[in-house]
Amino acid sequence: MAKMATREAYGKALAKIIVEDDNIFVLDADLSKSTKTNDAKMVKPERHFNMGIAEANMMSVAAGIASGGNTVFASTFAMFAAGRAFEQVRNSICYPKLNVKICATHAGITLGEDGASHQAIEDLALMRSVPNMTVIQPCDDIETEQVIRAVAKYKGPVYVRLGRSAVETVNNENYIFELGKGVVLRKGSKLALIASGIMVQEALKAAEELTLQGIDATVVNIHTIKPIDKDLIVELAKTHDLICTCEEHNVLGGLGSAVSEVVSQVHPVRMTFLGVEDTFGESGTPAALMEKYGITARHIVERIMDCKEKGLI
Amino acid sequence: MLSKEQLLPIQKRMRINIVKMVANANSGHIGGSLSAVELISTLYFNEMNITKENLTNLQRDKFVLSKGHASPLLFSVLCEKGFLAEEELMTFRKIDSRLQGHPNMNYVDGVDMSTGSLGQGISAAVGMALSYKAKGLDYRVYTLVGDGESQEGQVWEAAMAAAHYKLDNLCAIVDLNGLQIDGDIIKVMNPLPIDKKFEAFGWNVLYVDGHDVDAIMECYAQARAYKGKPTVIVATTVKGKGVSFMENDAGWHGVAPNKEQLAKALEELGGE
Repeated sequence: MAKMATREAYGKALAKIIVEDDNIFVLDADLSKSTKTNDAKMVKPERHFNMGIAEANMMSVAAGIASGGNTVFASTFAMFAAGRAFEQVRNSICYPKLNVKICATHAGITLGEDGASHQAIEDLALMRSVPNMTVIQPCDDIETEQVIRAVAKYKGPVYVRLGRSAVETVNNENYIFELGKGVVLRKGSKLALIASGIMVQEALKAAEELTLQGIDATVVNIHTIKPIDKDLIVELAKTHDLICTCEEHNVLGGLGSAVSEVVSQVHPVRMTFLGVEDTFGESGTPAALMEKYGITARHIVERIMDCKEKGLI
Repeated sequence: MLSKEQLLPIQKRMRINIVKMVANANSGHIGGSLSAVELISTLYFNEMNITKENLTNLQRDKFVLSKGHASPLLFSVLCEKGFLAEEELMTFRKIDSRLQGHPNMNYVDGVDMSTGSLGQGISAAVGMALSYKAKGLDYRVYTLVGDGESQEGQVWEAAMAAAHYKLDNLCAIVDLNGLQIDGDIIKVMNPLPIDKKFEAFGWNVLYVDGHDVDAIMECYAQARAYKGKPTVIVATTVKGKGVSFMENDAGWHGVAPNKEQLAKALEELGGE
């Protein structure tokens, strides 16, 4: 199976759209070779500005550029975009609803060896709680390219959560991204696995494993975490006994919370949240970290078998 | 272009409206609004190209009130320019008003950036100036920064970026009134020398008496003519200028006058 990091796909997509639109500006904070905005710089250096290691300033500068009718892509690691510059994102960008696309890379624990100081596991919670913000996490390269094209056309602030590590291509070339619409990748019964980002590949693998245990799982990719696809989630709640959310994020405030906010109010059904259990990560390979912090396909299978033992499905 | 004499009644009405707005709302920031009346009236009437015709253009000369709490100052000058009705000023800080405690760019044409959280406005001004340069547009960008505000680290991130990209279309004005909420800026957290800091970051530095209209106009002209660096005008001002009992008193940073104080202030300012 082909593999590519979503940040790589972002860089390639940005390099394509920047030559098509003179109103697109790109900002980076001394990480352009890691965030891959350097690809855009190579083809259009006059629209790429390095703001140095000063993320707070970068976000407010992005707001100023956008106020003149431009589209700004601002990139750094998720830790610094959503964490360090949170208040600039809130007050300079989201409050005036300016057209800035915060494409934050190296999100989650699969950032790997740099360790906990750089592993953002809180960014979805932070970003989705800000009014006017749209939050998207693509699961593979094909989806990422379409997300970047779509957010360039959308007017308003968007947070796009991208990863450092290569992820499997789960969509085919006929895939069409639609903002705010979840994607049913596999139709089953009783159990629905709702995943986002790198966890989509894990959920698909888990679903295959679960068939051996006699469980036929539905697998859904929620790429748009805000606004979340309420209709689809309600439908899933009505047609399944158990929903398991799978995310590379703290179980507090991320995808699981977003799904449960819909489920609990409209059609309560039993849920289980699989993600980082409110703990900091550490250095290690992405694979070793996913294993240790319990977010692989195997962990999904174990969680479901545990739920089955408890009679939840 | 208005003469110093022609600006006087405008400045008088601005001061009266600033005091009335804050009194009417029973909250707001008088001292740091009154200190920059000459700086901002001169900017809007004699320096910036901002008219009813170009007001809603996304690209034109822009002003960012980085010290966003001085919103009465901004709203009062927009009123003098005819962009805001005087009656509306009295909705300031009230429910359902377009005139928020700190300005919102989406509510009022002529508010060029939503500000209030200190340090962010100067960065936004850098962004505007950077985009104009990148697109080869001749517009200029101005921003008013508080002296206390310069304690925010982001101000210096912005200063570094503006010099790095040689934004000579950017002019920052520092309202050096010497006071912040908790008292004398030197005692709270000394940000001085502000001029030397900007100079060290690579800016062209000018000095002015912030209440001397002729000198202010000369500074704006010099800033416009200076090429290769952004310019900062360090303006020495009096906080609460124009109302004797408010002058140089940090207590009037963010406090509304009561009925008697309002009457006394209006009497001094020649209003009703």
